Amino acid sequence: MESIAFRRRAADRVTRGLFALSAFVVILPLFLIFFDLLWKGARELKWTLLTDLPHPVGEPGGGIANGILGTLSIAGLAMAGGIPMAVMAGIYLAEYGRGKFASAVRFAVDTLTGVPSIIMGIFGYVLWVLPMKRFSAWAAAASLAMIFIPIVVRTTEEMLKTVPASVREAALALGIERWKTTLFITVRTATAGIVTGILLAMARIIGETAPLLFTALGNQFWQSGLDQPIAAIPLQVFNYAISPYDDWHDKAWAGALVLIGMVLAISGGARYFTRVRK
Amino acid sequence: MENALQVKDLCAWFGDHQVLKNITMDIRRNSVTSVMGPSGCGKSTFIRCLNRMHDLTPGFRVAGDVLFDGRNIYSEKIDPVLLRRKVGMVFQQPNPFPRMSAFENVAVGLKFNGKKRSRAEMAETVEKSLRMAALWDELKDHLGRPGSSLSGGQQQRLCIARALAVEPEVLLMDEPCSALDPMSTAKIEELIEDLSDKYTIVVVTHNMQQAGRISDYVAFFLLGDLIEMDKAAKIFTNPADKRTEEYITGRFG
Repeated sequence: MESIAFRRRAADRVTRGLFALSAFVVILPLFLIFFDLLWKGARELKWTLLTDLPHPVGEPGGGIANGILGTLSIAGLAMAGGIPMAVMAGIYLAEYGRGKFASAVRFAVDTLTGVPSIIMGIFGYVLWVLPMKRFSAWAAAASLAMIFIPIVVRTTEEMLKTVPASVREAALALGIERWKTTLFITVRTATAGIVTGILLAMARIIGETAPLLFTALGNQFWQSGLDQPIAAIPLQVFNYAISPYDDWHDKAWAGALVLIGMVLAISGGARYFTRVRK
Repeated sequence: MENALQVKDLCAWFGDHQVLKNITMDIRRNSVTSVMGPSGCGKSTFIRCLNRMHDLTPGFRVAGDVLFDGRNIYSEKIDPVLLRRKVGMVFQQPNPFPRMSAFENVAVGLKFNGKKRSRAEMAETVEKSLRMAALWDELKDHLGRPGSSLSGGQQQRLCIARALAVEPEVLLMDEPCSALDPMSTAKIEELIEDLSDKYTIVVVTHNMQQAGRISDYVAFFLLGDLIEMDKAAKIFTNPADKRTEEYITGRFG
């Protein structure tokens, strides 16, 4: 009897240990990345990094302020266009999507989610840059929106499906029209989850580089218009990192640190929205 | 008119499966009618036919008439949304809206039914409804609390208040006490008796004692058939059908 109990306890500990170890290994890269960036980026992480334009090679100082602004404008444009469309499509799938059309949409959206981001960049290039004959913030935003939308469509659908049928029934039984039930009761119940999905998708597109190479191009100055090439942090990091200059390498690390900081802040925001409410 | 609802030859199907067979009954105004029977007898399906809650269920189909104020609710001229404002419903599991305060839960039906009301009017209706649901005294200082933070019994009374706020004529209750403890059950039962002065109440239950305590009329369902319907005292002392007798004496079901 005792030896069986011992074996059982031992087996329990070993399996639990394995699970915990895996969990630890999963989060390890985040810490490695973050501390490595802190280590290497700290040297250039000054206030002027956030407020100044890039300086030419050899000239000390300079920042990525235009890149920060550019990234925020591109992501903002992509989200302004993407959120209404994506959330409404998600509502359609969750609340009305029973037939063949809905399964086709679901399949297409899942496929879109898996399309490599560089292809979205080429698509933006062909669709927007070539006809307009210039790189622009619009083209970049369109490419990022194509990455953003499918993610938000599916998270919105999933979040709405977690709303119990009893909530919809209660609303209908009160004589509330179906469209009002959907918009003001069901969507409201799932709002926190939908916002979380939006924030996580935002964190995803903020760091995308490949699509921007074909659409935003980059810019050393303040933006003069959305129909012009636009700077973005990932592009600046990319350009600094492949340059042969040491002070640019340092700026690449610092830029990466800013980018990670933004992603962390957004994820933190997402956590805030999904926190357990009392 | 004496009858709030008249059901004539009502049949219902989920796909090919017939769950209600030629149900005919009159439901008296301002009385409590219990629909009783073992699980799977179609009693829940039946009361959901009375406010067209099955409309969105794929594969569901009805035949026959349900007359409310003399008009067939399944006629094309009837708007189910307006019907449900007159024929309210309380469910088996208390289902307050999760992201709304107790106040909003009660006010929500009014808020979305098209008529503009002032804050004061809203507050007045909420208070009136909560009083009718015997919840006002417990809740008047906590109206901002989330509805889902109340106890199970309070949640169910909140759902009753929510249903009453839109001023229905009929209140359908689908096993309203089966998820509640005996104390909360007693409160809801008392409430049902009080409300029957003003409202026509149809209660589904598989609890015979409960049916006996609260009902003026009892309908006994078995496998989709209405076996018999009569005054409660008659059903429990001298049922006409042998199957009713067997059910109430506990020999099956």
